[in-house]
Amino acid sequence: MGNMIINHGLTAFILVVWMSINIFLFVWFYFFYDLGDQFYYTRHLLGSALAWARAPAAVLNFNTLLILLPVCRNLLSLIRGSFMCCGRTMRKQLDKNISFHKSVAYMIGLMTAVHTIAHLLNVEWYNNSRRGIYDPLSTALSDLADGSNTTYLNPIRNIDVNAQQNPTYFALTSLAGITGVIITLCLILIITSSMEVIRRSYFEVFWYTHHLFVIFFIGLVIHGAGRIVRSQNNLVQHNYTLCKDRIEDWGKVAECPYPQFAGGPPGTWMWVIGPMFLYLCERILRFIRYTQTVKYRKIVIRPSKVLELQLVKAGFKMEVGQYVFLNCPAISHLEWHPFTMTSAPEEEFFSVHMRSVGDWTQKLISMVEELPEGTQGPRMAVDGPFGTASEDVFDYEVSMLVGAGIGVTPFASILKSIWYKFKDSDPKLRTRKIYFYWLCRETHAFEWFADLLQVLEKEMEERGMGDFLTYKLYLTGWDQSHTDHVMVRFDEDTDVVTGLKQKTNYGRPNWEKEFEQVRKENPSSTVGTFLCGPAVLAKVLEKKCAKYSDVDPRKTRFYFNKENF
Amino acid sequence: MGKIEWAMWANEQALAAGLILLTGGIVGVAGLFRGWEFAAYAIAAGVFVCLLEYPRGKKNKGTSVERTGQYCFTVCVKAFGPLTRNYYVRAFIHAAIAVPAGFMLATVLGCVCLGIASLIYLGAAIRGEQWEPIMPRTETRKAVGESIKQPPQNPPPRPPAEMRRKRAEDLEGAAYDNPIKVSDYEE
Repeated sequence: MGNMIINHGLTAFILVVWMSINIFLFVWFYFFYDLGDQFYYTRHLLGSALAWARAPAAVLNFNTLLILLPVCRNLLSLIRGSFMCCGRTMRKQLDKNISFHKSVAYMIGLMTAVHTIAHLLNVEWYNNSRRGIYDPLSTALSDLADGSNTTYLNPIRNIDVNAQQNPTYFALTSLAGITGVIITLCLILIITSSMEVIRRSYFEVFWYTHHLFVIFFIGLVIHGAGRIVRSQNNLVQHNYTLCKDRIEDWGKVAECPYPQFAGGPPGTWMWVIGPMFLYLCERILRFIRYTQTVKYRKIVIRPSKVLELQLVKAGFKMEVGQYVFLNCPAISHLEWHPFTMTSAPEEEFFSVHMRSVGDWTQKLISMVEELPEGTQGPRMAVDGPFGTASEDVFDYEVSMLVGAGIGVTPFASILKSIWYKFKDSDPKLRTRKIYFYWLCRETHAFEWFADLLQVLEKEMEERGMGDFLTYKLYLTGWDQSHTDHVMVRFDEDTDVVTGLKQKTNYGRPNWEKEFEQVRKENPSSTVGTFLCGPAVLAKVLEKKCAKYSDVDPRKTRFYFNKENF
Repeated sequence: MGKIEWAMWANEQALAAGLILLTGGIVGVAGLFRGWEFAAYAIAAGVFVCLLEYPRGKKNKGTSVERTGQYCFTVCVKAFGPLTRNYYVRAFIHAAIAVPAGFMLATVLGCVCLGIASLIYLGAAIRGEQWEPIMPRTETRKAVGESIKQPPQNPPPRPPAEMRRKRAEDLEGAAYDNPIKVSDYEE
């Protein structure tokens, strides 16, 4: 329970604050339009549909303000950097930016639906009022037109059109209508192309369609310029309680001049202009980064179609566990793809290991394969580094690091950094012992990581520090040929699969045993557990941490850190 | 963008369009708008489109993710054979269904969305894509034991018992040792 509060408390708090603001805005503006005297006559024509349209509009203003902010990743890095004083938990919230972006997007979608439905009702009732179907007051109000001493209330002026088509005609000839239709269409296209299925398999469709947001924001800002939400502005002269039943006297009697109406000025621009400017700065910054020189220090192609790039960029500083975005103009000018860095901050270069997973990575690998040895690779642009560094790893006396599948990548950076710090006796490093658990189906794609472990293993032996790092490899995808192989070579010193001194285990780890062993070997330490892998495993580890932690603070305590690399 | 299966996006768009048609239709009928008959049509059209588009097709490359509970819909849609497999037909059906919804404001958004879905399906059809049903995986997994050798069914071929007996003149060449001393043959 304590773990849950530590890991999720701040996120939950932020979401609660956000929802409270949404609810407040909705309720406030609902009653503003539903109770305000200046809207009495408007409500006579539209009923509560007026308030039902304006309340989501306010919520939409707020959320369109918010939606651009979480995707300004350089701005977020700036905030993260300036908050180094504040707790890491706060800075980690910035890592959940995309989740927040999605929540805000859902809210925008929902509010757009409510807003559109309410306006459908409004347009229909305006149309009917205009055609005199309702009571005399409605007809009289609708007849008011912009003239010498009258102003219109009902925005539908032209009724020379077929009665059934009038709403569509009005929608397509009014500024609010046409911008509304266009931006709603853009929103729908953005949403359908952002579904997980499309995003994961056809990233380019998602990315390029998402740029319709530019049209969305332009349309949104001019959506209210037509000022068709009208309110009465001569309440003192024309008291509606007095005059609503004296339609014939309007303009003829002193106490009942014509009611005058005006539309409020468009307000959305005030909400969104700030974030739009910030986002523009973000894109400009990305462009500047795009033009900065990045040199290749080394290019290695591993047999398992893994490409290792060692790059050097002036002024680049990274922390463990961070990631960068790479852009290769020769492949695509507009695409930036994220990669976790596999080098340690102590090294003078930064490296990424990329597997051939999609169009972009495949093209890069085939381009690099054709290059002659020792030449520079295709021009590359780097944006970043991003992400909250995983410095917590260094704070624990004993660390349990669990990397599953591709999740092992950030641990390359962490392990290397720990090793450098250990060699240099860096005081920041409190770690005395590391247990590393590597779970994967097969090691073929990660033999570069096995190489790293081999190097570390050798160096530690040379210094007599063999105890520092204990690692266990679990192959979860084994079959008979594996066991045959192992049977034949069981008495060899090094493992058949990885060539490491530690033997490979098959199947999933027995966490009970592992935690028991760690507890036994470290009877009075605080153990930090870090996972980079599937959520299911996170649950398992969380439970085990709780189970094996002793209430007595002098004995072993396990802390589970939910890392999202 | 070479590997994109446009049909996947067309499917999402069409499903969304179906829901929008349905919503617009409900609003039109509930509010008894002018031309509410078109709204009633939109409800039926929306439901039809949703039913047709709910089962996701199989992806050519990579794992296909089913929508929850789509199996029964898959079976129904599969039953129509080429009518549902061919994307030209789907593009045409969607375009045709969309048209009447354009006659009323409440349903016009659904009409345009469905029209866009129809265009994307047309693009998919031109690229030769087809709707393949996602069927539950038949158990083709190799039994683990296949790589484990089967135990022998028959005993190994042996000469008859008479020949296998130990002979006094050739004790060393015998194929077995007696566990209990047998006075006649042992020293």
